[in-house]
Amino acid sequence: MKEKPVKGERRVFMTGNEVCAWAALAADADIMFGYPITPQTDIMQYWTRLAPKYGKKFLQTEDEISAGFTTLGAVIAGKRAFSATTGPGNVLFQEPMSMAEMMRIPVVLIIPMRGGPSTATVIYSQQEVTMTAFGGNGEGFRVVYSTAGHQDLYDYTIKAFNTAWKYRFPTFVLSDGYQGKMRESLTIYDPAERGIEMVKAEPMLGLPGIPGVDRPTRHLRNTYNTEEELYEVVMQIARDFEKAAPEIVEWQDFDTDSEMDVLILAHGVVSRAAQGALPLLKNEGIKAGHFRPITLRPMPEEQMRAAAARANRVVVVESAYGQFLKLVKETLYGMDKPIDAILRPGVGITAEEIVAEIKERR
Amino acid sequence: MAKETIALTPAMPKCWNPDSKPHKFCPGCGHGLTLKMLGQAIDELGIQDKVIFGCDIGCSLLSWDFFNVDSVQTHHGRTTPVITGIKRARPELIGIAYMGDGGGYAIGAQHLVNAATRNEKITAILINNTNYGMTGGQMAPTTLPGQITETTPFGRDPEDSGYPTMGPEMVAAIAREGAYVARGSMANLRQLKRFLKKALENQMEGNGFSFVEVLSSCPTNWRTNAEATWRFVEKDMAEHFPVGEFKVPGKKEEK
Ligand SMILES: Cc1ncc(C[n+]2csc(CCOP(=O)(O)OP(=O)(O)O)c2C)c(N)n1
Ligand code: SF4
Repeated sequence: MKEKPVKGERRVFMTGNEVCAWAALAADADIMFGYPITPQTDIMQYWTRLAPKYGKKFLQTEDEISAGFTTLGAVIAGKRAFSATTGPGNVLFQEPMSMAEMMRIPVVLIIPMRGGPSTATVIYSQQEVTMTAFGGNGEGFRVVYSTAGHQDLYDYTIKAFNTAWKYRFPTFVLSDGYQGKMRESLTIYDPAERGIEMVKAEPMLGLPGIPGVDRPTRHLRNTYNTEEELYEVVMQIARDFEKAAPEIVEWQDFDTDSEMDVLILAHGVVSRAAQGALPLLKNEGIKAGHFRPITLRPMPEEQMRAAAARANRVVVVESAYGQFLKLVKETLYGMDKPIDAILRPGVGITAEEIVAEIKERR
Repeated sequence: MAKETIALTPAMPKCWNPDSKPHKFCPGCGHGLTLKMLGQAIDELGIQDKVIFGCDIGCSLLSWDFFNVDSVQTHHGRTTPVITGIKRARPELIGIAYMGDGGGYAIGAQHLVNAATRNEKITAILINNTNYGMTGGQMAPTTLPGQITETTPFGRDPEDSGYPTMGPEMVAAIAREGAYVARGSMANLRQLKRFLKKALENQMEGNGFSFVEVLSSCPTNWRTNAEATWRFVEKDMAEHFPVGEFKVPGKKEEK
């Protein structure tokens, strides 16, 4: 029996990137592939220090395209493999992630978002929502968790491995540069002791026996000859995605049970500003609630619509120029509800700023 | 009658997948002959149950179900990293990355260079047919000076679009001790099989990166008849791309 990296439960105070490395260890990931890019690099650095102690591996590849494809290779061979990247690296990752989408290769990618477009900043943003949820030449058959703190990072990194391997969709953990670099306290734990069983990573190739003699040969492909052939494959993926969506969606709501003047919609770390804004707004005599989708893909549509139905108007708050806003508009389509937005591409947002904006726009 | 049919059926390597035969390459294409030699090498080494065959995008993708060995068809240029990931995860498997010259020397050149530099214990086989076959005969990194292709309609001018990539020479220069590097040709199948076998054995012995470039025909895009095709492979290509071994662990190269 291998020694467990995390035994029992432990209160710790660490950076978000360190949390991700510990979570991957606790989830019994076997191997990480990666390419340095700020603010992701520390995940690799923590992994390279921790992993050898537990017989786990690492390879620094020549670029993110390679990191993505080597990760897929290891998954195909039956390992729980993962990677982490951000910004321009996430751009390069879209190619392997579209192959994963098509071939139903489970894979976990952790993304502490940095500023964009282009090289932009190495600091913070929420500008990788569209790319992460719908990137590549695909249909967005992906799962995207948006985390709002270090406990989330730990919980959802572990969960991402199980979601990916259970449903066989590429699964992303969105963090951001603030969370990655900031220290916070949280509880790390052995998933088994909380009754979380890790879904087994089975090989897709390299099974025992002579192929074609003892067992059917495995021929994996992503190319098809005719439109009809492709249509069948894509529609099957679509049906599987639609079926899994209600089991995958997660959300949190705050003060949304009664009628609201305003419902604040925010995801990730901005949700914490929204949560902080609620008592301040109450003091100002504004009845406000907050809905936070934890999964941006699939989106908790029913739940968001139900919350929005109880509010006079909604305000979308994000550190991007309308990427989450687009998802909200799609989700609330057909509802007669004014949608306002506070858009701060690449910049952090405080509770006080949200309060000021809401008061001003009332 | 039945007997005659059997007699006319060419011997198929045991590891070939009979369900996908006759194969999908054009008549006279070098891919089929190369894969026949590879099939024989796999049979002779008895590794059908250990090989993972990865094929690129390009005409190499037509081999996705060519063998009765577990296979994965990847993206253009990305077969080297996929096989690297598989090999790193399961070193007991024997990883083959099969690609065209566009896949290996253009879009996936960084993967080839870095896999060679890291001495990844995989076997890469690259078909040099001096053009992009699948997309209809555009210039490849290996197109000869003066050669007419769809994107060099007046002949490749090295001043304008560079000289042909010398793949094995480059790989031999950057790979370290333990690597096996050779260039074979469909014009000498026995030798080609020997090279492919050594490239697999080198991986099985855990020595390092193994790389074989194969001089190969593309009569469809060259628009050549059998005679002109053969002449181009045997003479024009061989003049530019010397056939032989460039790096053999601990031994002298066969020239
Ligand atoms: C990213 C990307 N760019 C371009 C293509 C289009 N494409 C398909 S095959 C090919 C060239 C194949 O040539 P080569 O690698 O020499 O193999 P061959 O067909 O000659 O065997 C190209 C450019 C692609 N599939 N993917
Ligand atoms: S196009 Fe050229 S390389 Fe492709 S199968 Fe035909 S002859 Fe072979």
